[in-house]
Amino acid sequence: MITSAPGHVVIVGGGGTGGAVAHDLVLRGLRVTLIERGELTSGTTGRHHGLLHSGARYAVKDRESAVECIVENRILRRIAPDSFELNDGLFVAISAEDEAYEPVFFESCLAAGIPARRVTREEALRLEPNLNPALRCAVQVPDGTMDAMRMPLRFFATAKRNGATIRSFTEAVAMTIVAGPSGRCVTGVSVQDHTSGRRYEIGADLVVNAAGPWAEKIATMAGVEVPIQPSPGVLLAVRGRYCNMVINRLHASGDGDIIVPQRELSVVGTSSWVTEDPDHLAVPADHVEKMFLEGSTMIPAIRSAQTRATWSAARPLIGERGASTGRELSRTFKCFDHAAEEGVEGFVTISGGKATTLRAMAEATANVVCKKLGIESPCRTREYPLLPHTAYYA
Amino acid sequence: MDPHSDTHATEGTGRPIRFRVFRYKQGDRAPHFDEFSLEVAPETTVLDALTAIHTRLDPTLILRHSCFHASCGTCGMRVNDREVMACVTKVLDLDSPVVKIEPIANQALIGDLVTDMVDFYARFNAIGRALIRESEWLPEATEPAGVESYNRFENCIECGLCLSACPVVASDPRYLGPAALAAAERAIEEPRGLDRDGILALTDDSQGAWRCHVAFECSKACPSNVDPAGAIMLLRRRVATQRLRSLIGRR
Repeated sequence: MITSAPGHVVIVGGGGTGGAVAHDLVLRGLRVTLIERGELTSGTTGRHHGLLHSGARYAVKDRESAVECIVENRILRRIAPDSFELNDGLFVAISAEDEAYEPVFFESCLAAGIPARRVTREEALRLEPNLNPALRCAVQVPDGTMDAMRMPLRFFATAKRNGATIRSFTEAVAMTIVAGPSGRCVTGVSVQDHTSGRRYEIGADLVVNAAGPWAEKIATMAGVEVPIQPSPGVLLAVRGRYCNMVINRLHASGDGDIIVPQRELSVVGTSSWVTEDPDHLAVPADHVEKMFLEGSTMIPAIRSAQTRATWSAARPLIGERGASTGRELSRTFKCFDHAAEEGVEGFVTISGGKATTLRAMAEATANVVCKKLGIESPCRTREYPLLPHTAYYA
Repeated sequence: MDPHSDTHATEGTGRPIRFRVFRYKQGDRAPHFDEFSLEVAPETTVLDALTAIHTRLDPTLILRHSCFHASCGTCGMRVNDREVMACVTKVLDLDSPVVKIEPIANQALIGDLVTDMVDFYARFNAIGRALIRESEWLPEATEPAGVESYNRFENCIECGLCLSACPVVASDPRYLGPAALAAAERAIEEPRGLDRDGILALTDDSQGAWRCHVAFECSKACPSNVDPAGAIMLLRRRVATQRLRSLIGRR
């Protein structure tokens, strides 16, 4: 058993969120151990389409999310330079309905603080010659392409350099729970190290559940509930770069309406359904077909492009049930302190969110953690430059 | 289970395949192979099969994976003695009732199919090439207003397959290796603040560009069109040109 000094936090889950929480807490002076059952970013983080959101996608329906995205977009470009293809995004109006939606879309972007530029049909076709020539108009916004693994890996690299212990291939198998003065308290995590088969316990003053779509499984170990509904979506990667910019359909968000170019690929996403088990994700044939269909509405050449890969990724969707145990920090993500209504101390769950907002999710979580541990230390991650991803392997 | 027809299914598809999977845990005296049987569909990849083995048959099996579309480079492995990305290799395309799966070669083993990438990045870091390259903007396209400098990600996905396939790396760990040499060629092509002459000098060495035996195994193994062997030949030409220039007193 590893003994814990005051202020030792164990983070369960090595996705982008866990990495960003580790980075934030270490900078605030806490001792941090992060465990992940597989390779880092092997859950949902690495599988997303690699879109750095400008927020434009949410501008009309969800102003708060849109503002959050553009703020974090700017912060990430500053703290993780060279992790993005600085290619911007183009929202393209194909149908008359799309065109009618353009004014409210454009105005909503500006209202959310997202720099948006109106682009005529002719200019759009000059910028992106492979676009559907039937397009009517477009709007340019600061979307971008990110490397879905290497950008988050920079948080791990920096946290590790600053003293965090990162243990991949180490799976949580049980929570240590003791009866405290005001109820039960989580005081550690039993883990299995799959590199050696060894089981041991890690003591903790507080455990952060950052397991994304697996968060409910981890919460169950602590005897609490989190309302997570794994919501998979299908993605399609085709060979060839058919666009320079990220192409979005200019309409109310739907399936298959984003094309993210990356290296020599174009990635089309995504769809959405709900499942119970994030370990068994189907790749439904009709969803793949829809990616081809919707993708080729924006870029017709997608229709006959050669498939490189099809796969599914599970979003950690926040459901309604049991939500009263939580404290709403944002519409897009939630941090649950399980002490308040479920009477379990020392256990906090962060879930929801998206890759673009990983730093903000971590800041919110670290604020809760520090408050619970009685530590007064401000967040430093807005300005702190991240090491390159290669530093993780130093 | 979810209700959709799963094109990557690993059960109920009626095409049984035997997977012989390399196993090793730290402290084991020697590695061994475990056998697992799964039914696979036409779209089932080697990575789908391995994740199904992990979740359904043996939760202690470890492997690296992240993006599922050959962009992250983590799931490089040896399948039936060939270097492949497991996520874009369909099981039935191997045309073999038995599929042997091993970790990439010439790297320190952590366990099962997982190798330690520290050595790979040590060679890479010696070069210092950035992840981002200046854009090869689609030639027929104009560049949009507002974007100040165009760039995109380097093609190399840092998977280590070239090091695994290289016969020279297998015999001599001091060799800089195809990935780092390809990175050096890219850095010299597009220095972006790096020391171009210093990098060229680093490759002009008996353990650098001249160590390659021109087997071209690296370029065959590369899943990302980097062509390390071609890059090594370019480096040799650059070194030779520089020597010639210095002979005739020009730089």
